[in-house]
Amino acid sequence: MFELIITVLFLALTYATGSIIEKNHFKKIKQREIKLIKKPVISYGAKNFKPKRPIKKVELVTGEVVIGGDYFKNFVANLKNFFGGRLTPFESIMDRGRREALLRMREKAKYASIIVNTKLETVLINNTYMKNTVPQCAIIAYGTAITYENKK
Amino acid sequence: MIITNIESVPGMRIKAQCGLVSGSTVRAKNAIKDFGAGLKNFVGGELKSYTELLTEARNEAINRMIEQAKKLRANAVINVRFATSSITAGAAEVYAYGTAVEVEKIEG
Repeated sequence: MFELIITVLFLALTYATGSIIEKNHFKKIKQREIKLIKKPVISYGAKNFKPKRPIKKVELVTGEVVIGGDYFKNFVANLKNFFGGRLTPFESIMDRGRREALLRMREKAKYASIIVNTKLETVLINNTYMKNTVPQCAIIAYGTAITYENKK
Repeated sequence: MIITNIESVPGMRIKAQCGLVSGSTVRAKNAIKDFGAGLKNFVGGELKSYTELLTEARNEAINRMIEQAKKLRANAVINVRFATSSITAGAAEVYAYGTAVEVEKIEG
């Protein structure tokens, strides 16, 4: 009985903290995306980039993030896993992580004219399959930032 | 050293090819930070100490790759890729690999 009460308490607490953190994070991501909307252009898979203007600098830029779920999300996902279907709690985590990694990469390359061939690399840090632990996900976004020379 | 992840260096011509270069590193944080990350994991959100760890690991992998390329007398590494894997909980492996080449500026 005592254990059940503690579990319910934990679920309620982590539901509150998790949803507050997620809401704030999404708000911040949206603001930053709007700020960068016209800045460096991202294009996926421009393998052989043929420039039309003289180039000043070519550089590799990266952005990393490690994001984790919470106890409540894990509980819900485990329940849903039994019946199958979409695991919405984990979808939102991955979405947040990827967008955050991309934003960090773009913020590092604020000076650049264009970022080409952006790639995303994802890995689960702890193996959580059939275990009662919360997954953590490491995401690296990387691409080539190209700066044109200023027109004279 | 110029590093790109496309198949050429824009504005430059590839003169010679020097071969595949790679750098890898496995890093871990201390037990106290692991404990802190565990607590953070419970309530949700980004795990800042692990993000730091990933940044350090990525920097080190790139630096090792550059060292190797310098030994081959290359001045650029093209088509760089990152691969990551989890070995144990709380440790991160980052592997960077690419092609070392010698490039020169296109005249005119």
